[in-house]
Amino acid sequence: MTPIWPRAVLIGTAVCLLLGSPAHAYLAYVSNEKANTVTVIDTDRFEAVKTIKVGQRPRGIEVTKDGKFVLVACGDDDTIQMIDTKTDEVTGTLPSGPDPELFSQDPTGKLLYVANENDNTVTILDIEQRTRVGDVQVGVEPEGIAVSPDGKILINTSETTSMAHFIDAASHAIVANVLVGSRPRFAAFKQNASELWVSSEVGGTVSIIDPVKHVVTSKISFAIPGLRAEAIQPVGIAISKDGATAFVALGPANRVAVIDAVTHEVKKYLLVGQRVWHLAFTPDQKYLLTTNGISNDVSVIDVSALKVVKTIQVGELPWGVAMREP
Amino acid sequence: MIRIVLTASVLLALTRVCGADSTDVKIGYMHRLERVETLSLLSLPADNDGLAGAQLGIDDNNTTGKFLGQRFSLHERALKEADDAAAAASDLLGHGVGLLIADLPAADLLKVADAGRGHGLVVFNAGATDDALREQDCRADVVHTAPTRSMLADALAQYLVWKQWRRWLMVVGSHPKDQLFADAVRRAATRFGAKIVQERVFEDTGGARRTDSGIVQLQKQIPVLTQSAPAYDVLLAADESQVFADDLPYRTWDPRPVAGSAGLVPTSWDAGFDQWGAVQLQNRFIKRFSRRMTALDFQAWSAARMIGEAAVRTKASDPGALFDYIKSPAFELAAFKGQRLTLRNWNLQLRQPILLADGRMVVSVSPQDGFLHPVTALDTLGYDQPETKCHLQ
Repeated sequence: MTPIWPRAVLIGTAVCLLLGSPAHAYLAYVSNEKANTVTVIDTDRFEAVKTIKVGQRPRGIEVTKDGKFVLVACGDDDTIQMIDTKTDEVTGTLPSGPDPELFSQDPTGKLLYVANENDNTVTILDIEQRTRVGDVQVGVEPEGIAVSPDGKILINTSETTSMAHFIDAASHAIVANVLVGSRPRFAAFKQNASELWVSSEVGGTVSIIDPVKHVVTSKISFAIPGLRAEAIQPVGIAISKDGATAFVALGPANRVAVIDAVTHEVKKYLLVGQRVWHLAFTPDQKYLLTTNGISNDVSVIDVSALKVVKTIQVGELPWGVAMREP
Repeated sequence: MIRIVLTASVLLALTRVCGADSTDVKIGYMHRLERVETLSLLSLPADNDGLAGAQLGIDDNNTTGKFLGQRFSLHERALKEADDAAAAASDLLGHGVGLLIADLPAADLLKVADAGRGHGLVVFNAGATDDALREQDCRADVVHTAPTRSMLADALAQYLVWKQWRRWLMVVGSHPKDQLFADAVRRAATRFGAKIVQERVFEDTGGARRTDSGIVQLQKQIPVLTQSAPAYDVLLAADESQVFADDLPYRTWDPRPVAGSAGLVPTSWDAGFDQWGAVQLQNRFIKRFSRRMTALDFQAWSAARMIGEAAVRTKASDPGALFDYIKSPAFELAAFKGQRLTLRNWNLQLRQPILLADGRMVVSVSPQDGFLHPVTALDTLGYDQPETKCHLQ
């Protein structure tokens, strides 16, 4: 990685110069699993500007739809902490149930769906009231959570069961179970709801599911010269708003796959830091940030150039990343 | 003997005629109830050691199964000293059990496999680490989830060589299984470039594992046992019988770490292991059984989960169909080891990373970086295909 540094900085600087004024000033919040902190990154300068102390083992992270809070799942504290974005301090908690990992909001920002790995449950929370309003029994070790763009269907992937569960958001009933590759960890809808993508960490594939027919229509696999197949472990997925391009984090393969989201063809592998977990676009979709678990850094990908343009040092073992528009 | 087998076949035929629920997968679990002596109180196995792992695997399978209309049940046979393993296998077959998880000594395991021959019994060896069961004595209907002694010794050797601790003093117990582990350590030393500078034997002369004033003597005996040795880096103990190895750490003549049967121990699972989502399995286990998960529990869990995985992927419940899938290249098991586990098709051994644990923490996981293999780094552990003596039949 070292030789890339000076060049990356130069390109990063060039990009900033080209963009001119700090018109966007987005903030990225990165959860550091081991450090028990959240690092705040200014995406104009691509620099870490603040470190926030949070609870034990922070992983899943999201910004509320109203932008008032950053929610971070602190698994070993069995809670979701609420960081007030005005003060960047933890000011409250949500009753998530045991060992929360990933979660997702419904499109209105009122409800939060949480995967509780320890008791095979998806917990449903009212964010404003900070209360538990329901739960759904799913497969063994629920992990990935996604909500359909219209908010009607909730998806949960359970790792040891190797399924994507389709849950009716109104009745909380499971309406379909779709078998995917081993240890499914993350689920993401295309913006137009035409496809659901599910990554399987141990299976090494991404399943594309027809959300209406509840069937796997195709499976994306990955092959990187010189790397053993076992090292390719897809986790985080980010699909562009226009549905044209998707990025998949490949874990210990230290790469992010660039995929034509229409043909499902892998176009390129971008070398990032070590053990890449999760991804997030800047709100303008010009950049994609990746959390690199073992190298303690975040890589910045220029989305149009498909190049890694910068690496930012964060806390110990970064895991999740979320974006905020101040 | 013949009568028992015949009865079993008749019963089996009857079950088929009467049409047992086609979605019910019946899994047997066979083990011997025998008292195990250990040096450390902490090593005394629970009565349900292994069995609990299989039960948790069945639970996991049923949680998934409820979405697919599949059910899994466990049928235990605990053998007392005089009980015949082959007869118990035939009895299970008679009850419609076609898949059997076994925690049995090698001789019993072969008896069970031979009794199941021709009746479609598939045996999952979750307990025996004997290399012979995967080599000259291998069977086409026996899958092994327990790692072999050679896999365990290779895993330890890779780490010690990576540390540049290449000179080993080895103390070997006097029981046959101690000798077998010592053989595996010698092989590993040759393979990975370590040197056994000297071997000493610890003769088991009988006597109690614990006494009211034992430490006073031990503190003087172990230094004597380990004094005047050629220069060495690590003391390797080959003591599967648990007669002396746990007494070695902190008592050696020279200040040296201990590895093998005590100190840094190679194992398929450890209660302190928490990487790659393992803490979820640990928590599930503790919640259900109020104790911690052992290596034997993990090996039995893996066997139950292999069956569950095959049932989910094939939507079948017939043992033959499940076994075919397990032997196919499509098979993979997610087992919290950081990568998929697959089967060595030449001897039906489950490939797996091996943990190196010190009793509290997992110090490392082998294979180590830099030990290369044309197919998978996991095959740097244990006997590899080109050197195998196994001809499956």
